[in-house]
Amino acid sequence: MAKHHIEAIVNGDPVEFLCDTEETLLDVLRDTLNLTGSKEGCASGDCGACSVTLDGRLVCSCLVLGCEVGGRRIETIEGMAEGERLHPLQQRFLEHAALQCGICTPGFLVASKALLERTPEPTEHEIRYWLAGNLCRCTGYDKIVSAVKDAAATMRKG
Amino acid sequence: MAENGTNGTNGRGYVGTRTIRPDGVDKVTGRARFGADFNLPGQLIGRVLRSPHPHARIVSIDTSRAEALPGVKAVITRDDFADQPSEFIPAGEMMMNYKDVVRNVLAREKALYEGHAVAAVAATSAAIARRALKLIDVKYEVLPHVIDVVEAMKPDAPLLHDDLFTVGVEPKPDKPSNVAKRVEITLGDIEAGFKKADIVVEREFKTAPVHQGYIEPHAALASVSEDGSTELWCCTQGHFIVRAHCARLLGLDIGKIRVTASEIGGGFGGKTVVYLEPLAIALSRKTKRPVKMVMSREEVFKASGPTSGATVRVKMGATKDGKFVAGFAELKYQAGAFQGSPVQPGVMCAYAPYDIENVKVIGYDVVSNRPKVAAYRAPGAPISEFAVESVVDEIAKKLKLDPIELRMMNAAREGTKAAYGPKFGPIGLEETLNSIKKTEHWNTPLRKWQGRGVASGFWFNIGGETCASLTINEDGSVSLMVGTPDIGGLRASLTNVAADELGIPYEKVRPIIGDTGSLGFTFLTGGSRSAFSGSMAIVEAAKQIKAELCARAAKLWELKPDQVEFANGSVRALGAAAEKFKPMSIADFAKIAGKTGGPIGGYGRINAQGAGPSLGTHLVDLEVDPETGRVTILRYTVAQDAGRALHPAYVEGQFQGGAVQGIGWALNEEYIYGEDGKLQNAGFLDYRMPVASDVPMIDAILVEVANPKHPYGVRGVGETPIVPPLGAIANAMEQATGIRFTELPMSPPKVLKALKEKGANGKT
Amino acid sequence: MRYEAPESVEGAVALLSAATGETRVLAGGTDLLVQMRADVVDPDLIVDIKRIAETRSITEERGGWRIGAAVTGAELKEHPRLKKVWPGVIEAANLIGSTQIQGRATLGGNLCNGSPAADSVPALIAAGAVATLAGPQGRRDLPVEDVMLGPRKLALKKGEIIVSFLLPPRPPRSSDAYLRFIPRTEMDIAVVGAGVSLSLDGSGTISGARVSLGAVAARVLLVQEAAQAIIGSRLDLAAQQRLEAAARAACRPIDDKRGTIEFRTDVAAVLARRAALIALDRARTS
Repeated sequence: MAKHHIEAIVNGDPVEFLCDTEETLLDVLRDTLNLTGSKEGCASGDCGACSVTLDGRLVCSCLVLGCEVGGRRIETIEGMAEGERLHPLQQRFLEHAALQCGICTPGFLVASKALLERTPEPTEHEIRYWLAGNLCRCTGYDKIVSAVKDAAATMRKG
Repeated sequence: MAENGTNGTNGRGYVGTRTIRPDGVDKVTGRARFGADFNLPGQLIGRVLRSPHPHARIVSIDTSRAEALPGVKAVITRDDFADQPSEFIPAGEMMMNYKDVVRNVLAREKALYEGHAVAAVAATSAAIARRALKLIDVKYEVLPHVIDVVEAMKPDAPLLHDDLFTVGVEPKPDKPSNVAKRVEITLGDIEAGFKKADIVVEREFKTAPVHQGYIEPHAALASVSEDGSTELWCCTQGHFIVRAHCARLLGLDIGKIRVTASEIGGGFGGKTVVYLEPLAIALSRKTKRPVKMVMSREEVFKASGPTSGATVRVKMGATKDGKFVAGFAELKYQAGAFQGSPVQPGVMCAYAPYDIENVKVIGYDVVSNRPKVAAYRAPGAPISEFAVESVVDEIAKKLKLDPIELRMMNAAREGTKAAYGPKFGPIGLEETLNSIKKTEHWNTPLRKWQGRGVASGFWFNIGGETCASLTINEDGSVSLMVGTPDIGGLRASLTNVAADELGIPYEKVRPIIGDTGSLGFTFLTGGSRSAFSGSMAIVEAAKQIKAELCARAAKLWELKPDQVEFANGSVRALGAAAEKFKPMSIADFAKIAGKTGGPIGGYGRINAQGAGPSLGTHLVDLEVDPETGRVTILRYTVAQDAGRALHPAYVEGQFQGGAVQGIGWALNEEYIYGEDGKLQNAGFLDYRMPVASDVPMIDAILVEVANPKHPYGVRGVGETPIVPPLGAIANAMEQATGIRFTELPMSPPKVLKALKEKGANGKT
Repeated sequence: MRYEAPESVEGAVALLSAATGETRVLAGGTDLLVQMRADVVDPDLIVDIKRIAETRSITEERGGWRIGAAVTGAELKEHPRLKKVWPGVIEAANLIGSTQIQGRATLGGNLCNGSPAADSVPALIAAGAVATLAGPQGRRDLPVEDVMLGPRKLALKKGEIIVSFLLPPRPPRSSDAYLRFIPRTEMDIAVVGAGVSLSLDGSGTISGARVSLGAVAARVLLVQEAAQAIIGSRLDLAAQQRLEAAARAACRPIDDKRGTIEFRTDVAAVLARRAALIALDRARTS
């Protein structure tokens, strides 16, 4: 079967691409659009390293087919900073040393941003459960939780 | 505590502060390139065919149908690799044998575990490569398999290698077995020790194999040109080691291969060996096109190294006052399909935290039909120390002694002779015990079904061959290059040192991890060595720069060398001349470098010695649901001796991350095999690593007992944190339930069963 | 591999009915894509039902609630009123995987994946939910407990899809609860699941109840005996013990990597009791 021709919005920009049915959104982002900030840790939705938002909804891009996203709006880690300004979450992750190896970091940031958009003042409990789909093997999550809390406080102050 | 800086020249003091990591922005924006993020024009995709059987003779491999598939450019099998003679080489903190490495990379006579690589293809797309694997005809003669370590040691067990004769026993065995090695260490007279004991506690323990669980799967991209020049990009803890292994396995000159370490998405010891790298090079050599290979998560679990599962017997004797007088242990460690478990370090560490006169520890290295183990954070130590820490706790209970006091009474300290050989210099176990005792955590009351556990841990740490270069750029900024991949903030720690050594702003130093062509041989990131040895090499490189700048200044000012000195980032004239000459900064020298002798730089090339052990003590509170056996970790505190924390935030990060890995090991992680010898939980879903909601905040207490053999007092810190959690959690479980759990993981079905047997859940 | 995303139920049914090879319906994809990647399934046709408005809406219907089969867990959670009436159904749906999975996973998919450990299914069965199916012969309603026949085996006929679920009208003083056991706090497949829905009369006595257990048999069970054990009681200790005994007796689990027969049976009884107590508490205050 011929490839699908898909038009979508990625990080605010219109994109078009061709993909086979079995290609996931993650495959498309990484291999076709060269947006390698989203990572593949498991390809089964268990690690969250490929987290993106699809029409504002947090999803694992490894569990979305490329051909499903026609006309939809996708945000990835590459679209998080505004020009030269890092997002407060990105800034706080750096300040709190909330990353060690950094492979899970894009997924954590995208997921945390989705959390703070819905819950501007999350408790530790809410942060931990919201982020339970993002595996980190290096940090023990401690500094990630602190960074998210701190970023939330910053963002509330505007 | 060591001085801030080596020669009093340093005024800024970045060391010990929480600087922003120089590689950080790339990592929070998605720009950082990890193993699977590299691509080259015209690249092929490589995939591996793996054995579906845990143990089978490979009768034949027919690749013709796969090769005929359009888009398939090459297929490789055992025939593409020359056999290797038996020769042991260091692999991280463990040993391996090239004869086994070549067989692990691609099976030769036999497939020895489910997932063992049998062939590999390179094709124009992943889909074609996948189809090609199905067209490779492998004829297997399926053999009986053995998974468990005790089973594998039995005389009638299925034999993995008919040329494996146990080393270390007298008389030399005349029959092969699955026991590769017996090791033993002794101190004093163990029998006499037990005679002095008022109480003796003996227990048998069992631990499950666990995987390092790095989130980034193994990945490699190789490009071989017609003249044999080879480039390789891969995620590894040691690209110089990868280069050496690939050169050996492929019969290439080391100088022909250039390996670039990508950013690495976790390793924990598991990325110290080669899997895909030689295959990608072999496929690229055959096709003369770049070949990219990435493991799936299932392949990572089935075919890359977990650490050993083990059976451990511990017997300890103490006087009624609590003085340990005898420590015996027998360790049986799974090596996986090839010899080389971490039983040796397990033996050496078992009693290392304690000052005991009489010690005897025996270890066995046992092969079975599982993936070959690889190093995992303090390899071997968590297993033997879990067993010992459990028995120590039991002694405390029997003698009605406070478990911290008991440890304090027996703690190894400066001057203690360790059973494994050396006399310790200054070490910080007592300080960590004291720190824990002083916490609010230790003094908070508990409720029913809650328990509190404490345990200590020891790891040696290593040094080794290390290079670092510092180059002064034309504008006075500095390029710092080291050859150890940065897994968890190394560049931040080393930039703190370089900036302090040269007396320049942190932002003026740009650190990179150089490829194998840019520096001399540098051993891998492992053994908690990279910050320890890297900082030593930087001190050496900076010393050269400072000497050079002083020499140039003396020449310019027409002074004698002893009339100038380097301090706070500048060279100044001393004495009477001080008035006459304005001090010159590094930037001043950089501007006129061309006229004063050319480019300025320093190159530290050392074999770092003097690694000091790091000891730690962990404290955990947990709660058991008596009706389901589920365990919740309520609170956790780590205290560990860092010697000197170059970058406290990343040291804390090591403590916290290691503790949570230990929590996973203690409670849920395990390799689950079916009767058929196949791994049933080769994915994150059922392997069950801790997620964010499984754990509390991890309080980290930095203890700093300087290592006198390091210019800044540094000790390696990365590995010790995974040692105490297993014992601490088992000890807390005992307090919560009254049951001594001796088998890991303490997963809910096991816990509930034990509670029922004891009638402790009120439901017998 | 063909992919189609029809915009009507009829379109989906026509595609599925006409297909000759292996077909799969795609809702949230959180199971299907994993199975495709693992080479467990290799469909010739995928029919994405998410562009059909009817599968994506939540509407009030004759005092009950109709939930589209492709409504995601996250959407269910955000619904302003559903959580009040059917807290157990919503908490069950919200236990399917992580936040990311919640953004995609659906009730229809959870049921049609055909796993006895599906989290939302015991809650739907306890709730007395009815699935509305559409096929080449038109539409029919089927109680949720009759949809799954065994692991990966469904009562759906060729060309049939689940369009929506109807949650029945709720008498006053009614509520429900769902609990599952997993070793971690998140991200695991249920080792045992228990859904309880009950109604109280004016005096606080249980007048009606449904109890469902997941992951303890080849399909999710509706345990009539467990419901009978508590109807007419105020869930006193004796009633709790009867409930536990009935739950235990209904279990026909297997030993596998996730749990043993003994463990599953023990925990099923515990969860049934705990879920009933939560539902009771909610019903009293509803």
